[in-house]
Amino acid sequence: MTAPTELEVRIQPAAAVSIADVSKVFGNGRGSVAALDHISLDVAPAEFVCLLGASGCGKSTLLNIIAGLDQPTSGQVNVRANRTGLMFQEAALFPWLTARGNVELALKLGGVGRDERRKRTDQLLEMVHLGDFAKKRPHELSGGMRQRVALARALAQDAEVLLMDEPFGALDAMTRDRLHDELETVWRDTRRTVIFVTHNVREAVRLGDRVVLLASRPGRVAEIFPVEIPRPRRIDSAEVATLAAAITDRLRAEVSNGR
Amino acid sequence: MAVDTADAVLITELMAKPARRKLWPAVWPKLLAVAIFIGAWQVVVWLHWKPEYVVPSPFTVLDQLRHDLGTLTGSVGVTMRRAGEGFGLAILIGAAIGLAVARLPILRAGIGSMITGLQTMPSVAWVPLAIVLFQLSERAILFVVVLGAAPSIANGIIDGVDNVPPLLMRAGRVLGARGFSALRYVVVPAALPAVVSGLKQGWAFAWRSLMAGELITVFPGSIGIAQTLNVSYQNSDFVGVYEAMIVIFVIGVVVDAVFFGTILRAIRKRYGLIDAAAL
Ligand SMILES: Nc1ncnc2c1ncn2[C@@H]1O[C@H](COP(=O)(O)OP(=O)(O)OP(=O)(O)O)[C@@H](O)[C@H]1O
Ligand SMILES: [Mg+2]
Repeated sequence: MTAPTELEVRIQPAAAVSIADVSKVFGNGRGSVAALDHISLDVAPAEFVCLLGASGCGKSTLLNIIAGLDQPTSGQVNVRANRTGLMFQEAALFPWLTARGNVELALKLGGVGRDERRKRTDQLLEMVHLGDFAKKRPHELSGGMRQRVALARALAQDAEVLLMDEPFGALDAMTRDRLHDELETVWRDTRRTVIFVTHNVREAVRLGDRVVLLASRPGRVAEIFPVEIPRPRRIDSAEVATLAAAITDRLRAEVSNGR
Repeated sequence: MAVDTADAVLITELMAKPARRKLWPAVWPKLLAVAIFIGAWQVVVWLHWKPEYVVPSPFTVLDQLRHDLGTLTGSVGVTMRRAGEGFGLAILIGAAIGLAVARLPILRAGIGSMITGLQTMPSVAWVPLAIVLFQLSERAILFVVVLGAAPSIANGIIDGVDNVPPLLMRAGRVLGARGFSALRYVVVPAALPAVVSGLKQGWAFAWRSLMAGELITVFPGSIGIAQTLNVSYQNSDFVGVYEAMIVIFVIGVVVDAVFFGTILRAIRKRYGLIDAAAL
């Protein structure tokens, strides 16, 4: 491969999300916690990036900053999108609305008309296999079902950039595999940019174009692994397992360093 | 496969729960309590603790009550009109103050704690001032009722707005709810249980204030139920005193427990604020 010409460099699309030297400190004085330490990362449009890292290393903090819900202590985040969707680590559904109501509200706030809204809501609930539970309220759903409603709601937003914080943590392996396929299809068809946080290394390799490993205390980018396994991938394939094993080794080293 | 195992388990659970609430299990303990109360009352009468014209038999009172239903309905009508007007005005004023205090930090710092203070003020204490300001009139009663009820209503709103879970505000923001739409789609529904419980408490205060107001301000013209109570007392018609007290009690319970209680329970259930196992 030859080096790109100057023209090629210039017409390269700008990053959908660019994180430049971002640090975040919570509190001040002795009790302060440095959650993120000079993190830099560019995510290309339509790229699927997975974030891995030990618990407490600042993944949720980073997503909140990208979504504009939190301000970095220093550094800059640039998101080139009209809308940024965020699926919270907790389902964060509105308890007064049914599963259908939660999904529909996202469409309503996105300016989708009434008839279209009904149709899309049905499709989305069907996609997360909750067609039969449309009329249930969050407290009548299981933890995994709530996560799936939250997924449907996040997809309803039709955001160019979709941030997902451990979206499939509470699901059984079968359901999760199915949702991986669904999510991959949606991502491929709609060319969204996805930043996906997970603790499951295989899941990261199954889904990501790149896997970004964060080191803890304070959070830094430890290493970036490009995933060059052709899609469609299977979570139990040998290639996925091999790369996941390598990343796990590296992750293990990071976790013990952080102690 | 549209339904997985977890879903199937939940379906069975939901089907096992009868959807409609049975009335009888809720009603019979109350009927029993009333029966025991009437029995105890009758025992006191039999013991001749007080002369019979002071503590008459419950059956004498109930009989008389049935007989006087016509006149009592008239005074209940007057009282309920006053209650409606006073409570309605209290809602308007309480809501305005509640929203203002919840949104403006300066107001909160200034009068936030005083609203709670007002709530602890016994409503009878307002009556002399009300009479000075409005003489013996409908407006004096209205004044007492509004001052009794508005603080609770305002507090319910402040409480509701203050306790909107931050995570839900963030979820709303991510979905594009800002400013008015955040208020409409997140703050108002999230605050609803607290607001309704403020209304319920406001009603209880309104009712007490109204009774205090009517008892003290007797004036010609419309006679409310507590004014009937006062008149009976003045005429040493003690059966009439009991009658009026029963009516006051029953209206208070019906509106507070049956009306507001049912609404509040329905909201809490819908929001998942009641332990499912307790249902
Ligand atoms: N609002 C906050 N106030 C103070 N400290 C915070 C706050 N939010 C996060 N932190 C701290 O920042 C650090 C990173 O938290 P964060 O939630 O980003 O971790 P995480 O990587 O998402 O962890 P997990 O995988 O367990 O979800 C933690 O040490 C946490 O205590
Ligand atoms: Mg987290």
